[in-house]
Amino acid sequence: MRTPRWVKLAAVCGAIVLMFGAVANAAVRGRLEIFSWWAGDEGPALEALIDKYEKMYSGVTVINSTVTGGSGVHAKAVLKTRMLGGDPPDTFQVHAGQELIGTWVVANRMEDLTWLYQQEGWNKVFPADLLNLLSTEKGIWSVPVNIHRSNVMYFIPANLAKWGAGVPNTWEEFLEIAPKLKAQGIIPLSVGENWTATHLWESVALAVLGPDKYEQLWTGKLSWKSPEAIKVWEIFGEILKYTNTDAPSLSWQQATDMVVKGQAAFNIMGDWASGYMTTTLKLKPGTGFGWAASPGTKGIFMMLSDSFGLPVGCANRENAIAWLKMLGSRDGQDTFNPLKGSISARTDSDLAKYDAYLQSAARDWRTNKIVGSLAHGVVANERFMNDFATVMDIFLASKNAQAAANAAQAVAIQSGIGR
Amino acid sequence: MQSRRDQLVAAVIILPSIVLLGIFVYGFIAQTMRVSVTDWGQEAAMSLKPEIHHVGSANYRGLFSGFLNMRFRQDLTNMFFFTLLFVGLSLLVGLLLATLIDQLVWGETFFRTVFLYPMSLSLVVTGTIWRWMLQPRGGINVLPTLAGLPAGQFLWLSSREQSLTFDWSHIFHYICLAVLIVLALMAYGHWCQGEKKRLRSKLIICAVLVGILASGVLTRIRLLDYPEEHGFNKALWGVVIAAVWQMSGYTMALYLAGLRTIPDELREAARVDGASKFQIYRYVDLPLLKPITASAIVILGHIALKIFDLIFAMAGPDHYPTSVPAITMFLKTFRGNELAVGSAIGVILLILVSLLIIPYLVNSFSTGER
Repeated sequence: MRTPRWVKLAAVCGAIVLMFGAVANAAVRGRLEIFSWWAGDEGPALEALIDKYEKMYSGVTVINSTVTGGSGVHAKAVLKTRMLGGDPPDTFQVHAGQELIGTWVVANRMEDLTWLYQQEGWNKVFPADLLNLLSTEKGIWSVPVNIHRSNVMYFIPANLAKWGAGVPNTWEEFLEIAPKLKAQGIIPLSVGENWTATHLWESVALAVLGPDKYEQLWTGKLSWKSPEAIKVWEIFGEILKYTNTDAPSLSWQQATDMVVKGQAAFNIMGDWASGYMTTTLKLKPGTGFGWAASPGTKGIFMMLSDSFGLPVGCANRENAIAWLKMLGSRDGQDTFNPLKGSISARTDSDLAKYDAYLQSAARDWRTNKIVGSLAHGVVANERFMNDFATVMDIFLASKNAQAAANAAQAVAIQSGIGR
Repeated sequence: MQSRRDQLVAAVIILPSIVLLGIFVYGFIAQTMRVSVTDWGQEAAMSLKPEIHHVGSANYRGLFSGFLNMRFRQDLTNMFFFTLLFVGLSLLVGLLLATLIDQLVWGETFFRTVFLYPMSLSLVVTGTIWRWMLQPRGGINVLPTLAGLPAGQFLWLSSREQSLTFDWSHIFHYICLAVLIVLALMAYGHWCQGEKKRLRSKLIICAVLVGILASGVLTRIRLLDYPEEHGFNKALWGVVIAAVWQMSGYTMALYLAGLRTIPDELREAARVDGASKFQIYRYVDLPLLKPITASAIVILGHIALKIFDLIFAMAGPDHYPTSVPAITMFLKTFRGNELAVGSAIGVILLILVSLLIIPYLVNSFSTGER
C-alpha cells in the first residue's frame, strides 16, 4: 500500500521543522555559567531547571556556580568582586526590583530585556504591578523565576481553638487577643533574628499605611518623619511587647518551630515557611498548620522574587538568553516552583502541580493588589537595606519611634530613595 | 668572594616573596588607603569605571561623628571590651591549665591534647556549636535543671542590657582616663622592680594627665552635638566564652613551653634556699614567664581586634549588641556598596592592630640586637 501524499508532505515538513529546530538549538553551544546561592533545600529545584536546560540544549555544558550560606550575603560579595574585576557570570540570581536596579542597573552592568519580553509575550502573562517593580523608565531588567509572598501569618488551628483565640484581621484585634494569650503563658507572636524583625515591620507598615502610602515611602513622596510613618514604628513597638525575648538568637525556622510546638500563637514569615512545615515538618497545609494574610493586609500581596538577568559583556550571551527564555516559560516556571515551594510569576500556570497552600497563594497572586517587600530587596536599594538593619536594631534596643523615624529618613536621603 | 656570592644567592631566593608581599600586602594596603579617602560607594559604585572623587578625611570624620555611623562607634566599644575580656581570660585560664598540667605525674599528653583540641576547630564551627549551647531555651541554661535547680534565665547572646555606659561625645576624656590607668599600672610595675628612672618619667606623665582631666578641657570638646550612649553589652559574654574556650588551650601550650624552658637549676637553687613550692612558682616561674605573656598578648590581641567569623556565626550579621568593626566593614563594603567607608574601617583596624604589634616588634628587635 502506498503512503498517502499528505503524510509524506507532513513528514518532510516535520523533518524540516525538526532540522531547523536542531539548527536553532545547535547555535546554542559551549558553556553557560549560572551563579546563585541556591544550595541546600533549594538545590533540587535549581537542578531540575538545569536538567531541563541541558535536555533542550544538549550542546551546552552548564556550570553551576553556587556560593552557599548567609541567605545570599556571601554570594553577593563574591558576585561583586567578580563584576568589579570584569568577569561577570553568564547570568546570576538576584532579588527582583531595587536590589538589582539600585546596584547593577544604575551601574550600566545589565542589558535591557524589553525586547525579550515582547518577543515572548511576557508583558501579557506577568501582572502589570510586577512588571512595574522590575522596570525603570529605561527598560525591564530581569526575568522572575518565582514569587514568594511576604505578608503571611502562620498558626496551628487546633492550638488556637484550645486557647480560645481567633485569627486577628487587624493589628488592633491582635493587640486585644495578645494579652489573653500572654496570660496563658503563650507568646502571642514569635520573631527571630534581625531580618525577621524587618520582615515583620514591612507587614505592619503595609497594614498601617495601606498599599498606596506604603509605595510612596519608596518613591520619596511620603516622608519617614510624617505622622503616619511614625505611627508605624509606634504600633510596631506595641506588637514587639508581645514577642519572645530571645528573638536575636533564633533563626526563622526556630521562630516557626515555636508556633508548631505550641509555644507561640502566631508567626509572620514569607511563604517559604509553608514549604518548611510541609516538607520538613510533614504538616498538612490547612489542618496541620493554617495561614492568613498578615493582619490588615487582606487583598494585598506583598511579593518578592528571585530573578535572573543578562549582565553586559557576559561570555556566553546566546546561551544565557536561552536560559532566560526557559525561565520565563510556563513550563520552566512550573518545573521550578513546586519544588522550591513558591508560585509561578505567570498568571497562566498549571495549578494542579502545586499543593494547597501554593494554590491559594497563586489565586491571590492573580487577583490581589501587588506591592514589593523591603526585607527582600524589591522596593529599596542595597545601601538603604544595609543601613535599615542598623535602624531596626537601634529601635529594638531603644523602642523610640521618633528616633527610628529620624534615622530612617536620614538613611533614605543618603541612599537616594526617591531621587 | 664566596660570601658575596652567598649574599647574591640569598637575595635571589627571597626576591619572589618580597615581590609578592610587596604587591599583595603592601600594595593592597596602599590601595585601601587610597580608596578610603574617596567617595566610592555612590549610586553607580559597581560600574566598570565608577565615578570616584577625592573627599579627604570625610569618611573618617563620618565614622567617628556622623549620625548614621553610631553602629561603628558601638562596634569599637564592643571590640574594646571583647579584647580586654578575651585576652585577660585566655591568659588566666591558659596559665592555670599550664600550671596544673605541669604538676601532673601522669596523663599529661592526654590533657594537653584535650585542651589544645578546640584550637584545631575553625572559628565558624566553634561559633555554631556555642550558638546552640547558648540558646536561651536550651543548652547551658537548662543544665541546672539536671540537678533539680530552676533553669537559667540569662539571655546570653540576645541580651540587650548595657552597663558601664558612657557618652561618646566625651570620648577624648575617656581615652585620656584609659591611658592614665595603663600608665599608672606600668608605674606600679616599675616601683615593684625598683626602676626609679622609669618610675619618675611615668609619674610625671601621669601627673600631667591628671591635670588635663581635672581642668575639664577634654569634656568641653564635644565630638557630637547630642549625647550618644555606648557601653558594655552583656550579650558579649557569650562571644567571650566561646573565644576563650577556643584559644585558652593555645595559651596553655605557650605557657607550658615556657615552663619547660626554665632550667631546673634555678628551682633547685630556690629549694636549697628553703623556698616553698608556692614561693618557687611565684618568684621563679612567674617572672620568667613574662616574655611568654607578652607574645601571648600580641597574638591574642590581634585575633581579638580582627575577630569576624566567630561573631558572624554566633550572632549573625545584624546583631548590634555583639557587632565589631570587621563585620560592619564587610557589610558596608559588600552589602551596602559603600566601598570607601568599608576601606576606611579597614584602615582604622590596621592602625589599631599596628598599635599593638609595632611596639612589640620594636622591643623584640632591640633586645635581639643587644
